[in-house]
Amino acid sequence: MRDRLIERILLLAAISAVSMLALITIFIFREGLPVLVDYGPLAFITGTTWAPSQGEFGVLPMIAGSVVVTIGALMIGLPLGLACAVTLAEMAPPRVRIVLKPTIELLAGIPSVVYGFIGMEVLVPFIRNTPMLGGPGYSALAASIILAIMVLPTIIGISIDAIEAVPRSYREGSYALGATQWQTIVGVVLPAARSGVVAGVILGMGRAVGETMAVIMVAGNSVQIPHSVLSPVRTLTANIALEMGYASGAHAQALFATGIVLFVISLGLNAIAGRVRDRKRVTVAAPVATSGAEARAELLGVEPIRAPELGGLR
Amino acid sequence: MGDIYRRSPMRTLTVPRQLVSFVTACLVLATGACTRASTREGSDVVLAGSTSIQPFAESWAEAYDGGRVTVQSGGSTAGIKAAHDGTANFGMSSRQLHESEATGLVQTVVARDGIAVIVHAANPVHALTVAQLRAIYAGVVRNWREVGGNDVSITVITREEGSGTRDTFQELVMGSGASIAREALVTAYSGGLRKMVAEDPQAIGYVTFSQLNAYVQAVALDGVMPTEQTIRDATYRLQRPFLFLTRGAPTGASERFLKFVLSPRGQSIARAEGLAPVTVF
Repeated sequence: MRDRLIERILLLAAISAVSMLALITIFIFREGLPVLVDYGPLAFITGTTWAPSQGEFGVLPMIAGSVVVTIGALMIGLPLGLACAVTLAEMAPPRVRIVLKPTIELLAGIPSVVYGFIGMEVLVPFIRNTPMLGGPGYSALAASIILAIMVLPTIIGISIDAIEAVPRSYREGSYALGATQWQTIVGVVLPAARSGVVAGVILGMGRAVGETMAVIMVAGNSVQIPHSVLSPVRTLTANIALEMGYASGAHAQALFATGIVLFVISLGLNAIAGRVRDRKRVTVAAPVATSGAEARAELLGVEPIRAPELGGLR
Repeated sequence: MGDIYRRSPMRTLTVPRQLVSFVTACLVLATGACTRASTREGSDVVLAGSTSIQPFAESWAEAYDGGRVTVQSGGSTAGIKAAHDGTANFGMSSRQLHESEATGLVQTVVARDGIAVIVHAANPVHALTVAQLRAIYAGVVRNWREVGGNDVSITVITREEGSGTRDTFQELVMGSGASIAREALVTAYSGGLRKMVAEDPQAIGYVTFSQLNAYVQAVALDGVMPTEQTIRDATYRLQRPFLFLTRGAPTGASERFLKFVLSPRGQSIARAEGLAPVTVF
């Protein structure tokens, strides 16, 4: 009797979490769909003019903004993150690891507004005053650099797990064939860990696309399709957060419709992450998956778990 | 925010129907309760209209101890309509009334909202004409040299769509013909905008009069600096009146509230909130 009661309570708790998601989804679509239908979904996504006061709701500049800063963040963050992951997983002595790994995880715990503030105080004036760069400083470049630092913990954490999940026998086989450590890393370990790394990159992308505060503070938020990395840009998330204060009527609905676009992009990224996992099942042989670490990495590749939560899993 | 979207998996679609409808029902009930609570029957004075005036009207209502005052928003047009219909004791409008709207209404200016154009403290440009300002914000003039400054490009900073300050700026400076250039940087906070201007020697921005401080330099428009005096006597152009509208002269509770608003105490509240008072005291 008591068991059943507790069971029921737990079930209710579980359902309430899921129903929260369902409600949010329903709410976003209920609020956003009317304007999307009225204005035309295609016109909404491909329109380049955003002037809610005149009834113009084109979000292409914001989509372009989100894409540019995300790609920029990955171009800076991926090489750094991968290098860091390889160093920590393959080369660094244990004492260095003990210090560095928690430090990187700490990076994920810093509130985004702090990143934004540092960007505003340091990065923006630097870009503005550097002769080769110039412009107002508030730019896609500034946003990309800040986002690159913010996605590092995600990329590094998941990449380390993926690299550690590569069985010892792979490395031993490589060394036995006379490969150096570098050749082993580049030729054997990284290819074997590829899908995990890719999953980490996609999760990092998700974080970059979703980040709001830090981006608002340094990106300049102009509604224009950027023509250079020094152009100010506005991302989809920034569009919602900037204008929600006074928006009403169709304007508010258009902001929810912006949320729908974000929602679809995020679902797309998750779907891609899922596909990467499926491909791994085919290419990497079954014995690999029997290792506990690999199974864990696979799990990590599937579930969008952010770096701060990884600590608990290890 | 992004996390919420990202983590909403497809499987939420299989949640039992009854549950969804149950939670929806709860929400509907909650919304109903809220609406009932905010109707507040038994108010002595009801104000309705401009969202720009609403926060100031609420400050007055809070400080007023002569009765219960309720403030509803809905926009200037709704405020004018409410004054005509008599659904509110005062309609609030932050724009001048058209002739057709004004008939039968008594208009009282309760405060004035001035917008100051600001530049970096080191900028040699101390005065602009409204036409120059419009050209700068429309993206036609892009270099400070064209308006008598240094040979550097202009960084134009504006507020976000929907902001009352932006609406006023658009109306008073840009007019119906021009719109603010796409390249303009956008920020949602007037304090943030002031900071951006304070740090960038090439920047220009605009804030409500009360946001002026020593770190930025206000620009004279058509030869007039924004001060409480020039805003009050309407020689400074970049300003709008905050109007209380009544059908006929206010009487009873309404009259007492209006007296309070125009009293030194009411006007000093307006000043503390960043408006230019209408009476000298």
